[in-house]
Amino acid sequence: MSILINKKTRVIVQGITGRDGSFHADQMKKYGTNVVGGVTPGKGGMEVNGIPVFNSVAEAVAKTKANTSVIYVPPAFATDAIYEATDAGISLIVCITEGVPANDMLKVYDYVRAKGARLIGPNCPGLISPGESKVGIMPGNIVKKGPVGVVSRSGTLTYEAIWALTCAGIGQSACIGIGGDQIIGTNFLDVLELFQADPATKAVVMIGEIGGADEEQAAKFVKTKMTKPVVGFIAGRMAPPGKRMGHAGAIISGGSGTAQEKIEALNKAGIPVAASPTELPALIKEKMKMASAKKTARKSKATTKQKLAKVKKVKGKPARVSGKSKKKTIRKKK
Amino acid sequence: MKIHEYQAKEIFAAAGIPVPQGKVASTVAEAVSVAEQIGRPVMIKSQVHVGGRGKAGGIQYAENAEAARVWAQKILGMDIKGLTVKKVLVTQAAEISSESYVGIIIDRAQKKPVIMVSAAGGIDIEEVAAKTPEKIIKLAVDPATGLKSYQARDLAMKLYSDFSMVRQAADIIMKLYGVYWKVDASLVEINPLVTTPDGKVIALDAKINIDDSGLYRQNEIAGMRDLDAEDPAEIAAREGDLSFVKLNGNIGCIVNGAGLAMATMDLVKHYGGEPANFLDIGGSSNPQKVLTAMRIILRDTNVRAILINIFGGITRCDDVANGIVMAYDELKPQIPIVVRLTGTNEDKAKVILKKINLESADTLDNVVKLAIKLAEGGRA
Repeated sequence: MSILINKKTRVIVQGITGRDGSFHADQMKKYGTNVVGGVTPGKGGMEVNGIPVFNSVAEAVAKTKANTSVIYVPPAFATDAIYEATDAGISLIVCITEGVPANDMLKVYDYVRAKGARLIGPNCPGLISPGESKVGIMPGNIVKKGPVGVVSRSGTLTYEAIWALTCAGIGQSACIGIGGDQIIGTNFLDVLELFQADPATKAVVMIGEIGGADEEQAAKFVKTKMTKPVVGFIAGRMAPPGKRMGHAGAIISGGSGTAQEKIEALNKAGIPVAASPTELPALIKEKMKMASAKKTARKSKATTKQKLAKVKKVKGKPARVSGKSKKKTIRKKK
Repeated sequence: MKIHEYQAKEIFAAAGIPVPQGKVASTVAEAVSVAEQIGRPVMIKSQVHVGGRGKAGGIQYAENAEAARVWAQKILGMDIKGLTVKKVLVTQAAEISSESYVGIIIDRAQKKPVIMVSAAGGIDIEEVAAKTPEKIIKLAVDPATGLKSYQARDLAMKLYSDFSMVRQAADIIMKLYGVYWKVDASLVEINPLVTTPDGKVIALDAKINIDDSGLYRQNEIAGMRDLDAEDPAEIAAREGDLSFVKLNGNIGCIVNGAGLAMATMDLVKHYGGEPANFLDIGGSSNPQKVLTAMRIILRDTNVRAILINIFGGITRCDDVANGIVMAYDELKPQIPIVVRLTGTNEDKAKVILKKINLESADTLDNVVKLAIKLAEGGRA
């Protein structure tokens, strides 16, 4: 299991004849992604590394049954590409392009949501489900299949964290770069919801940075709705206010959006924050151990409750009991 | 990108938002000449990209042209929060009956442009927002339908009871919303929006910040960039397509990717050092960028060591290594350079780097510790 993409995901590449588009289409294919086509208006009928090129997304969808699109077109054409993918019925749109005007994104955000599609990015490295599929530009060689979900606003910093996990023997269920811009299609909160619902994900690493309040919002969700352990990292403790730190969204404005605020919010929600990305594996191991200890304790409680429930023949499952483990425990006790 | 008040007022005036008559001057003689043309009391307003100009003494009232000369002399060349005043706006002084605030910003959480108005204008609006948030009225606008006249009127009614003033303010808010979209702004602000004793509503100040990502289609605005008001190193970085922010430490940092660049400088601090800058060479591994980056950092005389941290994913470590060798040969740095290259083609990179004598480390933490040690004059 994985979230958003898997082996069956049918991917098209918008801007496939460009330098980045053709290179990464090939990289994705080599990783095992099911790249079924590409789109460049006026270049329909061509092939790029054996991938057929179409003149429009609608045509590509009609011919290939694509359900996911990754966009590598220049900033001036990026929002048009997102609208085109949305209108063609693509359900997952990943926009790699950096430099899309934020005000344009305000309109795009509402439009994509209203049509029921999901946008990741812009200005993001995309996502990868280890061993299954990658959509975007993340290096495939640093990931390893496993139980930890990774979500981040950054690119190379995410790779650093993933690599640290992989080196420590901790694999990933999915790694998602949501993008460094101010207005992005999918936020931390959205991805945390997906990870919480995904049975293959046992814990989450969340990598935030200065600017905005998405981390704070995510922390609230973790505290109130999430049962899986989350550990964090926040970049930009040394960032001076009012200066854009590379990413358009990484700016402390009006004194808010500082790393300190975010770290405090995360800590308050019970999310430990690493001082260095290399500390993340140890933190996650510890958290997962604690969580499984808690679960065992919960399980024995739940078993008693369950027995009672059986006796009383109450309909519906008692809360917080996962079906599989419950049966096991019962069998053992019998 | 920030533009000056006088530039923002030109944009306002073109959009039909009433602003006091005035003109920018970069010499005392020019300032006096503008004051004479206006022929009434004027304000001499320093044009620097920083808030709190008034408190710093950078905004003064001049009764006549002679007083304008005295103040222009004092203000031109004045230092405000580290920035030298090179231009002043000489503008007709208004008689003020009331001061309010109107601003539009991009709201990241709501993903909408948000209009804020407050009858408590003229002062630090962030302070008002922090201490008495109830005094600020906000309206999130649906970007698809845009601002409606009734919405602007509703906001204006929160500022004034006189309906002539309400109409004028509503008209200004509508036009301001238009300016926000037209120039790809991330913020437009009138603080204060004033009323005069004869019942006029005027934008006494003007502030516009532009979204850098919109500049490609904003030629006129891009031309307003005041290179005098920016740090030369940041200008050089932008021309070389690098992201750079100067800090006050002694360890120069060259990193690929903004998040990793932030994390690297945070770690320098964490282990007891002081980063000299934030520098992201971006995703491409163009050797020229490494050269430009090193040139910018070596110009900073505080720098005692350079830390290069590259995580090769798409960026190939051997390309970066070639850039480092090129920069080393051309710039002959006299300070230690510590390198950590990991990921794609890391082994090839190590062979290339053997040509020059650099310190290296394998992990993020170790390379940072090594750089701190060397910056302090220690040995590897």
